[in-house]
Amino acid sequence: MACGPVELICQLLVGLSRSMILFVVCAGLSFVLGVLRVPNIAHGSLYMIGAFATFSLTKIFPGSTGFWIALIVAPLLVAVVSLIAERALFCHLYQREHLMLLLFTFALSLILGDLVKIVWGAEYRSVSAPALLKGSVSILGASFPRYNLFLIVIGPLVAIALWLFTNKTKIGKISRAAAVDREMVGVLGINVSWVFAAAFVIGCYLAGVGGALVAPTVSITLGMDHTLIIEAFLIVTIGGLGNMWGALVGSLIFGVTHSFGVLFWPQFAIVFPYMAVVIVLLLRPKGLLKSVW
Amino acid sequence: MFKRIVHSKGLGSAVALFIVLLILPPLVPRFYVYILALIYVTSLLAMSLNMVVGHGGMFQFHHAVFYGVGAYTVALVLTKTSLPMWIGFIAGPIVAAITGLIIGWFCVRLTRLYFAMLQISLGSLIWAIVFRWYSFTGGDDGIHGIPMPSLLSSLNNSYYFILIILVICLIMMYMILKSPFGNALQAIRDNPQRCEAVGINVRRYQLLGIVIATFFAGVAGVLFVVLERSVFADLLFWVFSLEIFIMCLLGGWFTFAGPILGAAIIMALRTFVGKYTEYWTLILGVILILVIFFLPEGVMGYFQEIFKPRTK
Repeated sequence: MACGPVELICQLLVGLSRSMILFVVCAGLSFVLGVLRVPNIAHGSLYMIGAFATFSLTKIFPGSTGFWIALIVAPLLVAVVSLIAERALFCHLYQREHLMLLLFTFALSLILGDLVKIVWGAEYRSVSAPALLKGSVSILGASFPRYNLFLIVIGPLVAIALWLFTNKTKIGKISRAAAVDREMVGVLGINVSWVFAAAFVIGCYLAGVGGALVAPTVSITLGMDHTLIIEAFLIVTIGGLGNMWGALVGSLIFGVTHSFGVLFWPQFAIVFPYMAVVIVLLLRPKGLLKSVW
Repeated sequence: MFKRIVHSKGLGSAVALFIVLLILPPLVPRFYVYILALIYVTSLLAMSLNMVVGHGGMFQFHHAVFYGVGAYTVALVLTKTSLPMWIGFIAGPIVAAITGLIIGWFCVRLTRLYFAMLQISLGSLIWAIVFRWYSFTGGDDGIHGIPMPSLLSSLNNSYYFILIILVICLIMMYMILKSPFGNALQAIRDNPQRCEAVGINVRRYQLLGIVIATFFAGVAGVLFVVLERSVFADLLFWVFSLEIFIMCLLGGWFTFAGPILGAAIIMALRTFVGKYTEYWTLILGVILILVIFFLPEGVMGYFQEIFKPRTK
């Protein structure tokens, strides 16, 4: 087990790039959680759909442009799926207690999971990175995949975009207001149901972005939704429910502890992030940053 | 007066059902005996979850962990140690209850969604350890071919053993829920602030509720091993926890026997639908949506609602 400084830095970068994918997904989850106050279990399934759609789109558009098209189209596809689910079923449940909303999202995840199986089958799929991001660069003598650097760049961009959206645009401000006091927003003459729909679709769109981004780095398979959603839940919990910066902090903790776990004790690497989450929750049961609730 | 009659009716039909189930095994094919036994195990698990969810009002989102811990404990004692076998059978529920005590101790400091999230994270930690610790728990392969006492060697004997333990546990649960403790637990569900004001130590009652429920989940885990002679890490996976949750919802949260009905429906459907299609989770999802929209009180709750006015 080599633990020189170069390996440490490389592993840190690997952890950061993984964190950024987690962040993109968790920011969406956190956004939905903040506005609708529902932990969307179907979020993981939408992420999986994003990844599978990316696979199909790169097959339809071969060559290096395929991935870029997929990066734009796949999340939109996911957003359309979530919009249909929201308007057809979910929006009728807003008056009900929260447990029902939560179980509804679980039902949705079960259905979407099997729909993916029907559409794409149970085989392992893989997507190759676009030509521009193929290969690796040398950092301090160690080679580092170029695609992971791209991820490290894209994460903060998403964070900034989301911050601008929630703080500088009207719909973002309304959705933040709805998160704090939905009745008051309704009293002001705003159609809260559509605000919720918009928030839900935006959150799910981010799940699709995460799925598209993760596609070239992993083998795409059924069951990736289940592992991801539990990680995403833990991340938004340790970050503070509904807090986007909390999602960022949580993702960094989760991704980096996992990658260092791989370095030091590969067999139990999966345990390290859970340990970190447990420690955070024992010290600060309501998360590191302030929850929007 | 009315309540007593309903209860005696319920008791009468329960005894009749018990007698039917007792004489059933020689009469039906082996496969059905196995499915019935599996339904008993799962109903005990769902009943134990409903003690904290339906009657206690806590968001116990990772109940399968305690089931899995009970099952793994008995499996490990029977395969890795030379201790007498009955120690394994007793150790299963006790270790599950201790796990419940530890996890519950942290969880009861929080409420609702935070409670659920903390429990999912602590439960997932246990799942991750079981999933990865190949030398001890067999990792994702699990442990198979667990030796059983000769008394439980045949399927019919296991069936009777499981049925009798189930009935004993159900009687114990009923007595617990009708005791002052059970009433306090339900009062906490309905109004925690008021309970605190009248001097009930809310957290301690909730913690005790979790420990009792996890003990019964451990019993269910032991029974699972008796039936299947194998354990695997999926027993502790959170998806399974939510499936048990669905069983409680489908049967009826606020009824005593609802979860049994829910578990029976889900397990029977899974077995028979699984023969024709591989898309069982799709069907489960559709069932769940239908229940959420049309039967929020569950099947049992629905029938209680229907029959109430007539008997009054």
